[in-house]
Amino acid sequence: MTEQNTGQETGQQSGQNTEQQVETPAIRSLTSESIEAARDAGRTAFIGYLPAGFPTVEDSIEAAVALGNNGADVIEIGIPYSDPVMDGPVIQAATSQVLADGFRIDAVFDIIRAVTQRTDAAVVVMTYWNIVDRMGVETFARRLAEAGGAGIVTPDLVPEEAGAWFEASDRYGLDRIFLTAPSSTDERVELITESSRGFVYGVSVMGVTGARSEVSTAAENVVARAHAAGAPRVAVGLGISKPEHIREIGAYADGAIVGTALVAALRDGGPAAVGTLAAELATGAVKNSRGDA
Amino acid sequence: MIEHTGSYQHQPGPYFGPYGGRWMPESLIAALEEVDRTFTEARNDPEFTAELQDLFTNYVNRPSLLTEVPRFAQDSPGVRIFLKREDLNHTGSHKINNVIGQALLARRMGKTRLIAETGAGQHGVATATAAALFGLECTVYMGEVDTQRQALNVARMEMLGATVIPVTTGARTLKDAINEALRDWVASVDTTHYLLGTVTGPAPFPAMVRFFHSVIGEEAREQILAQAGRLPDAVCACVGGGSNAMGIFHAFLDDSGVELYGLEAGGKGISTGEHAASINLGRTGVLHGARTYLMQDEDGQTIDSHSISAGLDYPAVGPEHAWLNDTGRATYEPVDDAECMAAFQRLCRTEGIVPAIESAHALAGALRLAQRWADEGVVSADTAAGEEKIIVVSLSGRGDKDVATAAKYFGMLPDAATPEGGDAEAVAARPEGAQN
Repeated sequence: MTEQNTGQETGQQSGQNTEQQVETPAIRSLTSESIEAARDAGRTAFIGYLPAGFPTVEDSIEAAVALGNNGADVIEIGIPYSDPVMDGPVIQAATSQVLADGFRIDAVFDIIRAVTQRTDAAVVVMTYWNIVDRMGVETFARRLAEAGGAGIVTPDLVPEEAGAWFEASDRYGLDRIFLTAPSSTDERVELITESSRGFVYGVSVMGVTGARSEVSTAAENVVARAHAAGAPRVAVGLGISKPEHIREIGAYADGAIVGTALVAALRDGGPAAVGTLAAELATGAVKNSRGDA
Repeated sequence: MIEHTGSYQHQPGPYFGPYGGRWMPESLIAALEEVDRTFTEARNDPEFTAELQDLFTNYVNRPSLLTEVPRFAQDSPGVRIFLKREDLNHTGSHKINNVIGQALLARRMGKTRLIAETGAGQHGVATATAAALFGLECTVYMGEVDTQRQALNVARMEMLGATVIPVTTGARTLKDAINEALRDWVASVDTTHYLLGTVTGPAPFPAMVRFFHSVIGEEAREQILAQAGRLPDAVCACVGGGSNAMGIFHAFLDDSGVELYGLEAGGKGISTGEHAASINLGRTGVLHGARTYLMQDEDGQTIDSHSISAGLDYPAVGPEHAWLNDTGRATYEPVDDAECMAAFQRLCRTEGIVPAIESAHALAGALRLAQRWADEGVVSADTAAGEEKIIVVSLSGRGDKDVATAAKYFGMLPDAATPEGGDAEAVAARPEGAQN
């Protein structure tokens, strides 16, 4: 696929004029590279979410490695937070347990470092913003980049509030993954698309995280609108739990994000179960051969 | 300290200095913009303001009284204390002002369902009331801990036709009820208005909720001018999220001679760590859609708050209060459970008014301020008539809902009447020698 998205890649939000933009060296986007590599291989990018520290720091590393070695192109490491308003019961239960066990943020960077060393997947963090704010966005970004992290998915940060994050992410070459929703206006889809680097996270349904039997019909429209606004890569998340979901999404989107199903597998069967489920989900990501049956 | 010149009034948001904003999932931004648009149109629509006024007068029972309480103030020579009687509103607290306003907006937006969070139950009761009045469906989220300590209010909401959902996540109190209401709203936003009950949350809530409560201060300002012939020296209000305080402060913000005091819940004492004094001991961050002061640990995890009053048991504060604190326009002080309950009992015994425990924090703040003035020699038994200092206290709610908690606190229940799993905390917190 030929890319015409250098404008997307250079952090134009920080208000530089065009001349300066041309001089700014393009920021390397690890997430974009992973998704494009999947595309080149004839696959829908498979993006998997797991919470840091669940059920223990060691097992969360093993689980993420199993995810990466069984077909995930991008791994999202969620940071447990006391007030996760976008999360459904399964992920809430997991992250509450992690916090009750005394999890500290420093471990996130150790997990990222270990997972990036042991897999080829791009590893991003998914975090509610107060965690980053408390540490300081500059420090957080520096430590994430040093650990080999590719960027941050920000479920409760909209571009209007993200000034400091634009600067820090450009400075440390991190991807900014904003969400777009079925309810987002066209103006906002444009803003989100311009603000994102790596991919745009298309929320498939108005709701919180959790496995659903079918992928919402709203998802296709969400993806189409982000593409129309110029997003080179759009991945769909929320409610995706089966290979056939990924196959269906692959018809119109660049990536599919699975969270709750993986967390439930980890809860019930440990890191090995994550590997098994990831391998199964990855069959749905294969586009050119009919991976079913 | 933040420098501010010019008027403090009518700050439009979304920012109050560095505070406020809209730190929310993208899925909700369209709904927040719709609420903002509808509110902006409605407040400039004479039909809307006439209907609101009519409901305030003929349903809510506004204007509420301003009552001087000389027996309550009898040990504070040279100080006159007046109570703004929001306890006399329909449903028993100031909460109904905002609820009526937002319910009208919900109807204007064509929403058929209201959801709300509640701590003490006052906001939930008020929302259930408005839902009944306007024929809307109603679901109220309430922390499981609070459903136990405010069981009568749960029954009240159910009587009014609302569904009460006990929240069992997190600390099981007000902040977790807000999380759960937000999760509901993300999935139901087409039909549902989230009737947020305080001046926190994402824009437009802080400025909008203040607008609907600003009637408290407007009335109080007129009433004190009529009764005392001048503006007060100080206004005291309790602050959890801070809605009654913003409501009464707003009219006085540009009266530079009027000191404004917000009293936070000091819980078991701020040195114990078990409190809800967000401004006094919090650090800035983002929670529930706003940048503000909040109680958090080094990692940014929210710390559970503690207060004997469920309504103040919230680990953050409205962003405009954060700004008023930093500009120095208002002063925020903690009041611990013991000092609060002493003021609670004093009002009961001297004036025949049972206040909400929330409001008793403001009463305690007034007594403390009077004592400070006495210590400084500003007032004394020799203060001449007409030279007294004047304090207006926002009596934000009545204490009927708190009778069980207070009775346990003061040891007024026979041991057998203290139910298993009852408010053991209140009993444990009872001071030695608390009078029956």
